[in-house]
Amino acid sequence: MRALTDGWLMAGRNMRHVVRAPEEIIIYFSLPIMFVLVFGYVFGSGMSVPGGGNYREFLLPGVFVMTMLYGLGATASAIAADAGRGVVDRFRSLPMARSALLSGRAGADLVRACLEMTTLVVCGLLVGWQWRDGVGPALTAVALILLLRVAMTWVGILFGLLVPNPDTVAVVVFPLAFPLTALSNVFVAPELMPDWLGAVAAWNPLSATVAAARDLFGNPGLSGDSWPARHALELAVAWPLALIAVAAPAAVRGYRRLGR
Amino acid sequence: MSDDTTAVLADGIRKRYGRTTALDGFDLAVPAGTVYGVLGPNGAGKTTAVRVLTTLLRFDAGRARVAGYDVASEPDRVREAISLTGQYAAVDEVLSGRQNLVLFGRLRRLSARRARDRAEELLDRFGLTEAADRSAGGYSGGMRRRLDLAASLVVPPRVLFLDEPTTGLDPRSRNGLWSAVRELVDDGTTVLLTTQYLQEADHLADRVCVIDSGRVVAEGTPERLKARIGADRLELVVRDAADLPTAAAVVERATGAAVTVDAELRRVDAPVADRIAVLMTVLRTLEDAGVAVEDVLVRRPTLDEAFLHLTGGRFDAQRMEVAS
Repeated sequence: MRALTDGWLMAGRNMRHVVRAPEEIIIYFSLPIMFVLVFGYVFGSGMSVPGGGNYREFLLPGVFVMTMLYGLGATASAIAADAGRGVVDRFRSLPMARSALLSGRAGADLVRACLEMTTLVVCGLLVGWQWRDGVGPALTAVALILLLRVAMTWVGILFGLLVPNPDTVAVVVFPLAFPLTALSNVFVAPELMPDWLGAVAAWNPLSATVAAARDLFGNPGLSGDSWPARHALELAVAWPLALIAVAAPAAVRGYRRLGR
Repeated sequence: MSDDTTAVLADGIRKRYGRTTALDGFDLAVPAGTVYGVLGPNGAGKTTAVRVLTTLLRFDAGRARVAGYDVASEPDRVREAISLTGQYAAVDEVLSGRQNLVLFGRLRRLSARRARDRAEELLDRFGLTEAADRSAGGYSGGMRRRLDLAASLVVPPRVLFLDEPTTGLDPRSRNGLWSAVRELVDDGTTVLLTTQYLQEADHLADRVCVIDSGRVVAEGTPERLKARIGADRLELVVRDAADLPTAAAVVERATGAAVTVDAELRRVDAPVADRIAVLMTVLRTLEDAGVAVEDVLVRRPTLDEAFLHLTGGRFDAQRMEVAS
């Protein structure tokens, strides 16, 4: 109970930070918009979708997921910045839940992810993307994408504690995140890749969420009959939960170790 | 042992970082309702001791109790009872002063309304009302330290830890902080403060300990510490610098001790045992020799001198300048 209320208070603190630093809000919205436009139009002109269909419509669920992945950089540097601040000593000397600083970050970043998702969906609709199978499945797809973001938040929190320097952590995150998107079904269907590469891409946690979202949105690009492709929905739930199960306890341990 | 008269108790605390020993059998007993000063040079282990006692740092051996609770096994109870104001202002630099105080009030289980009211009271008391809605990051050093102290008092703690609270503060802010500390003690709070400024400990603390290399090398009232280095001192200032050698010779003969001569201040300084007799002899002899004395006094040694003596002179002169 206390963990919840303290986490809530800390989430409020993090959101007030954004309000007091409005330049951050521009970043909130500009990255998703840029991703939709750049990838939609630059890549969109020269790519094909297995089984036919509009590439931009194929791409958008991938861009949604990619934006969620990149969010972990912001999470990591926010946590790294906090860990280096004197105020963490005060938090740690208060009779508050140990988890609150971290869960408050996770909560605030989920709110941020909702704003980003809204921006992405609006941009997507403007460039011709749409959901075709009704609102219920579409919302389920959005929920799966946000679930992945929650997992990415905990991975980001763990990074932020392992590399407690906001500048360094931003540099570390990109080279890890970029290959992860390239080696997935975000831009290219795995069956268009060499076999071994396609297998890697199919098992990529991002691919599960993207494939499940494409299915639920009714977008083109449903691909392959590999085991992970046929069980995309299950994997889109299982992967993020597994990541959270590993990253969250490790992050809490890392936070405790700040005091050694 | 959890008697109500000892607010902070440390018993043989050891803390190692790799090969460095930060605390090497650190002992401390702070009577409830008093101000206790922990003195020591940089790196002596003052901050480590505070971090151990405020549950921020685990320790390797020994026992610590704060406000009657065991630091190692009941850290949450300890946290309920204490506040910490560190060397580096521990406030959220992005939030405004008011938002900081409300947040810390809420985290201490005040209702939203009570937290807001308490924030107003504290902003007013610490002269921060005008700056209340600005980011704390934009505050001056003194304002930030005041906000930091205010944040520690949102719910009045039973034991307040102040880690070098006035380092880098101008004299006016320092005096303000000192009077705030004294008010707190009047209300029954126990205060443990660390400082490099001997003057601060002399001024505020009922008892002090001196730590060096992670252990206590002396403990007692400031008066007793000063007494430990022995004799009172005779200080004599001559009007004409040319008379300094004569004066030094006279003082040396009368006290039978080594004399320190400060040419710039035209001052002769020596330890003295039989105060009045020596004083009379010196003044009479100097008068006969025709040396004009501008000023003379017999005083107890300063805490600086006690400190130097106790830590084997490792307390360097540069820091003393800052302190004076």
